[in-house]
Amino acid sequence: MSVFGGLKFRKVYSPIHSLDPRIKFVYVCAIFVAAIIFSELIPLLLLFLIQIPFVFLARVRREWLNSMRGAAFLAAVIFLSNFVYKFIAANYSVTADILESCTAFTLRFIVLVESFSVFFLTTSPDHLGLALEQTHVPYEFVFAFTTAVRFVPVLAEEAQTIMDAQKARGLELEGGNFLRRIRNYIPILIPLIVSAIRRSLELAEAMESRAWGATKNRTNLYVLRMHKGDAVLMVITLAVLVIAVYARLYVDIPSLNNLLRNLFSTTRFLI
Amino acid sequence: MIEVRDIHFTYPNGVEALKGVSLKIGRGEFVAVMGQNGAGKTTLVKHFNGLLKPTSGQVLVEGADTTKVSVASLSRNVGFVFQNPDHQLFSETVEEEIAFGLRNFGFKEEVIDKRIEWALNLLALTQYRKTSPFMLSGGERKRVALASVLAWDPKMLILDEPTIGQDYEQKEKLRQFIMQMKTQEKTIVMVTHDVEFVAECDPRVLLMREGRIIADGAATEILTNQEILTEASIVPPQIAQIFLELPNLGLPRNVIDVYEAQKILLGYLEKRIG
Repeated sequence: MSVFGGLKFRKVYSPIHSLDPRIKFVYVCAIFVAAIIFSELIPLLLLFLIQIPFVFLARVRREWLNSMRGAAFLAAVIFLSNFVYKFIAANYSVTADILESCTAFTLRFIVLVESFSVFFLTTSPDHLGLALEQTHVPYEFVFAFTTAVRFVPVLAEEAQTIMDAQKARGLELEGGNFLRRIRNYIPILIPLIVSAIRRSLELAEAMESRAWGATKNRTNLYVLRMHKGDAVLMVITLAVLVIAVYARLYVDIPSLNNLLRNLFSTTRFLI
Repeated sequence: MIEVRDIHFTYPNGVEALKGVSLKIGRGEFVAVMGQNGAGKTTLVKHFNGLLKPTSGQVLVEGADTTKVSVASLSRNVGFVFQNPDHQLFSETVEEEIAFGLRNFGFKEEVIDKRIEWALNLLALTQYRKTSPFMLSGGERKRVALASVLAWDPKMLILDEPTIGQDYEQKEKLRQFIMQMKTQEKTIVMVTHDVEFVAECDPRVLLMREGRIIADGAATEILTNQEILTEASIVPPQIAQIFLELPNLGLPRNVIDVYEAQKILLGYLEKRIG
């Protein structure tokens, strides 16, 4: 649940919050691509670090740390599974290179979570819907999307209440074998699904009684326009992409270990 | 039976819902917890069966510290009926729904059968035994939820907003049922906004405001004390309002029961005329 906590939007005013969500999304995609094309530690470390200023600018440090903490478990799983595999492949020996590449893979995951978390923490669902609408996505889809996003926390809260209600009737959620555990969740899933369906029907009725879709040409009170900040982010995004692609194609990326080793021998040589 | 020692509770999102609450609820007591939205009523009663554990302080249920016992085992003695029945109904038939708790607590099949029958009968649900709980009306679903908890005969019952969505007849039945439970020495704690219902039941009243208990006493005292009620944003029951509006006639002021009110007012009128 705490991973989702890191994706929950909270209204704050900051330079990052007021950026155009479209540009922010392109930026996230660029980071995503850059993180995918590298498997070396140094560029991934750079990708991780360039996002930290955004977190501070957006004043979402606490929420962001929460989502990082939520991702820690999965990150540990990724690190361990990579490590075990490489450990066996390297004839049961641990080398600094193996540790470095495992760290790199883990960091890649963390960079992805980091960028998405910053995006969702600083973009309100309404803003996001507006962006979709202005990119000519049909309004029905936009509405469905924003509604779905909006109801995630509501559903999470409801799931908690249902769990409490069933525990109060003697349901033990922990313990038992795998099948038993799945069966234990039936008394929680059914009320959750039924109430979600019931709520969606109610929502549909409420929308219709408020004349949803009465006018063909919808207008918006707020219209997204590009500002100076958006241009800056666009430049940053392009720079990240260009540098990443260039580095991938033409630069021989050193591993951190080699770098340290070289540095070490140079200093010794100098002394 | 329940002892709460200076508990504080803070939700993970940082909201401090309880700011030092202490109280004792004895065996066979009937308590109504009242107060405006967000006063901490539900948070408090969720401590009674261990659904929430205090951030600091202690809750003892029958002498056992709730932090050391699981919710499931506490629930055997403390039945909790949630506000919204849709949060717990999931079975294909009403009888299966009632059997769920009984099976969880390890009752034997033949006992379960008897218990189901007893609970269905008690809440006038026998005709719906084989019906899906989802096909029932809101009020009926609420009764199924109540039946499903009553079936294992807990010593203590917590009711969260039991009167919401119930018509007068059902409320009256609920009241009679609570009185019946009282004669059986069951402890009942009810969270409610329904002042008139509380006035009719005449329980011990706990008034809460912003995470603290601001008054604790008999309904006749608390529901007629305008100062305290204003502080808790509660409108006095209608009968109490009549007596509060007639301060110069020398009538008693702590009246909330309609029959008692009738007697007093008639007596007064007879004296005036005679």
